[in-house]
Amino acid sequence: MENFTPYSALAGGALIGISITILLLFNGRMAGISGIMNGVFKSPVQERNWRLVFLIGLVLGAVLFQAITPTLFPARQGYPLWLIASGGFLVGIGTRLGSGCTSGHGICGIANLSKRSIYATLTFMSAGMVTVFILKQLLEII
Amino acid sequence: MKQIFVAFTSGILFGLGLSLSQMINPNKVIDFLNIFGNWDPSLAFVMIGALVVAFISFKFILKRSTPILEDDFHISKRSDINKSLLGGAAIFGIGWGMTGYCPGPAFASLGLGNMEAIVMVLSIYAGFFTQNALSSK
Repeated sequence: MENFTPYSALAGGALIGISITILLLFNGRMAGISGIMNGVFKSPVQERNWRLVFLIGLVLGAVLFQAITPTLFPARQGYPLWLIASGGFLVGIGTRLGSGCTSGHGICGIANLSKRSIYATLTFMSAGMVTVFILKQLLEII
Repeated sequence: MKQIFVAFTSGILFGLGLSLSQMINPNKVIDFLNIFGNWDPSLAFVMIGALVVAFISFKFILKRSTPILEDDFHISKRSDINKSLLGGAAIFGIGWGMTGYCPGPAFASLGLGNMEAIVMVLSIYAGFFTQNALSSK
């Protein structure tokens, strides 16, 4: 537990909560990132713009933060790219099939007391923990 | 136009939040999921922070008949627990554990100049297109 950072985690989480709040209050939209990413290509043209702009903001927010605190954490080196590629593919399939990800189900859905989101969140958290156990503790490849 | 400004502001805050909380650091995410090893529970606090704010604000927002700039709220009212939901969530969780990236941090990392994020986002889109094609059959 030497890397435990509860305060910055809480504060960052609160910022995410504020982000979700203003998107719902003004635009009536839930900030589920997998849905927004998918909608950039899939939605009717008039529905695409706000999603694209949200995603640009998302990238800029991270760049801005990195510019202020450049040595916060070093980039991960040497992580197997085949794991990233295959895992990324599963994230894409799974979030479409399951209608959401960490933000859509885990935050927006649970905050709205959606039964579907509570079940989905418990499922992906458990699956993630079992996967890390297998890859890190048993196989020791990550 | 106002809606676009709101989306931009919301996106920036989301990106700042992911960064400050270190949710954007895939090693940190894997340490959070590593409950059988050297567990780092920090990211549970990201969820708590976000949920406390969203839970309270949603209570007030959803008392309104409409959002401020639009005519309708776009919120799923489904409540069915089915194989797609649970199977999809499980597949997503496996991919999350394999990489340490869920969609938000993956996309937000695109500007940080690491190769992983680019591969991750392209792979997520490959998954989206595959699943969209399968489900439209």
